[in-house]
Amino acid sequence: MSLRQLIQTTIMAGLIALPFTVLAGDTPSPEIPKAKEKATEAYGCVAPVEYMRKNHMDELMHKRDDTLREGIRTDKFSLAECINCHVTPEEDGQFASFGEDEHFCSSCHNYASVSVDCFSCHRDTPEDTDYRHTFNSGNNPHHGKMALKGKKLSVETLQVLTEGDQQ
Amino acid sequence: MTDKTYNADLSRRHFFGKAAAAAGMAVAPGVFLRQVHARPADQAATSEQRWGILIDTDKCAKGCDSCVTACMDENGWGRADASEDKSGPHQKAQWIRKVTIKDKQTGHVQSLPLMCQHCENPPCVDVCPTGASMKRADGIVLVDKHICIGCRYCMMACPYKARSFVHEDLEDQKVVAPRGKGTVESCTMCVHRVDENGTPACVEACNADNHNAMYFGDLKDPNSEISRQLKQYGGKELRADLGLNTGVRYRGL
Ligand code: SF4
Ligand code: SF4
Repeated sequence: MSLRQLIQTTIMAGLIALPFTVLAGDTPSPEIPKAKEKATEAYGCVAPVEYMRKNHMDELMHKRDDTLREGIRTDKFSLAECINCHVTPEEDGQFASFGEDEHFCSSCHNYASVSVDCFSCHRDTPEDTDYRHTFNSGNNPHHGKMALKGKKLSVETLQVLTEGDQQ
Repeated sequence: MTDKTYNADLSRRHFFGKAAAAAGMAVAPGVFLRQVHARPADQAATSEQRWGILIDTDKCAKGCDSCVTACMDENGWGRADASEDKSGPHQKAQWIRKVTIKDKQTGHVQSLPLMCQHCENPPCVDVCPTGASMKRADGIVLVDKHICIGCRYCMMACPYKARSFVHEDLEDQKVVAPRGKGTVESCTMCVHRVDENGTPACVEACNADNHNAMYFGDLKDPNSEISRQLKQYGGKELRADLGLNTGVRYRGL
């Protein structure tokens, strides 16, 4: 292998590897707030955690049509019930709103940079509280403001985006 | 169950209804108007029922807006929504309004609540390009805000001016009534209550105030209070000439 070839190969390998170094950076996992209670003894949530992580969006999508169009109002996979259990008050008794890293949904969605538009219409905290907060309506691609306007990205996400490949 | 027991059951319920009414409805006003078709939460609404409201304009008090404020509090629009503050009065949501009409000939003034009439042949559903405007099997007309694109065709098509468009970002919505910017909304006949065998907030408030100008019930059940009232005393559709067969009927007009 001539020197020129060697240099070329090295550069190519570097270019191919570059995107992976972003993922390889030791970015801490998001801190996901604990749910209020375990819905079932067997596996905690209404379905096993692994299942919920992968499929919650499909279940919610299915459920929303059943509820609105058919009037089926069971608790399982109901967005209101997710919120009731998963969005818990912080130490000062106040609730994080969607968009803040401390909110159950956005703790992960911010980390993964996946936008959600549930909360431009749906309430993002349990209802039985007199605490009023600014509602994040920024994550709705259909109407209005663009994703994350006025809301900070999580520190971890920012790290990945800005300096991840330098580590 | 034989027919006989069924009827006996009905008349007993009817009696309790009367008794509750006579007692000034101290406990749970409006309960006696409830229908008895409890539907389990996991079962879909069917066309066995068609929900309707009958409004007696002679009993509807001029200047009273209990139904309107009850709707605001229940569904979180109007005064119950501090976040819709940049919209002008003509832009703000109005799910139900009080209308006063005067007969120029006689000077007779009448007052009535006007909201979505839950048409059997709803023009709003006909014109909706996305399928967001929809009629449930039990006749309740709703907007599926998940797919509404906010084009507002339905607002143009509705002869009763029953629909509103949300112009700004909202906060702290009611759990039972999700609503948000860029979508159209209207009276849901308190579908979340109806699904739990309840009565719409406006009807409940009217009864609580002892005006008793509104009856809610199943138009397909000949024994329901609303059907008996309609059979005995009648009830008109607004703009009957349009042939929409509205679920909301008026008496005394
Ligand atoms: S009253 Fe208007 S909004 Fe209601 S069903 Fe009829 S056309 Fe649609
Ligand atoms: S505004 Fe929404 S509900 Fe009305 S016609 Fe357009 S898409 Fe349908």
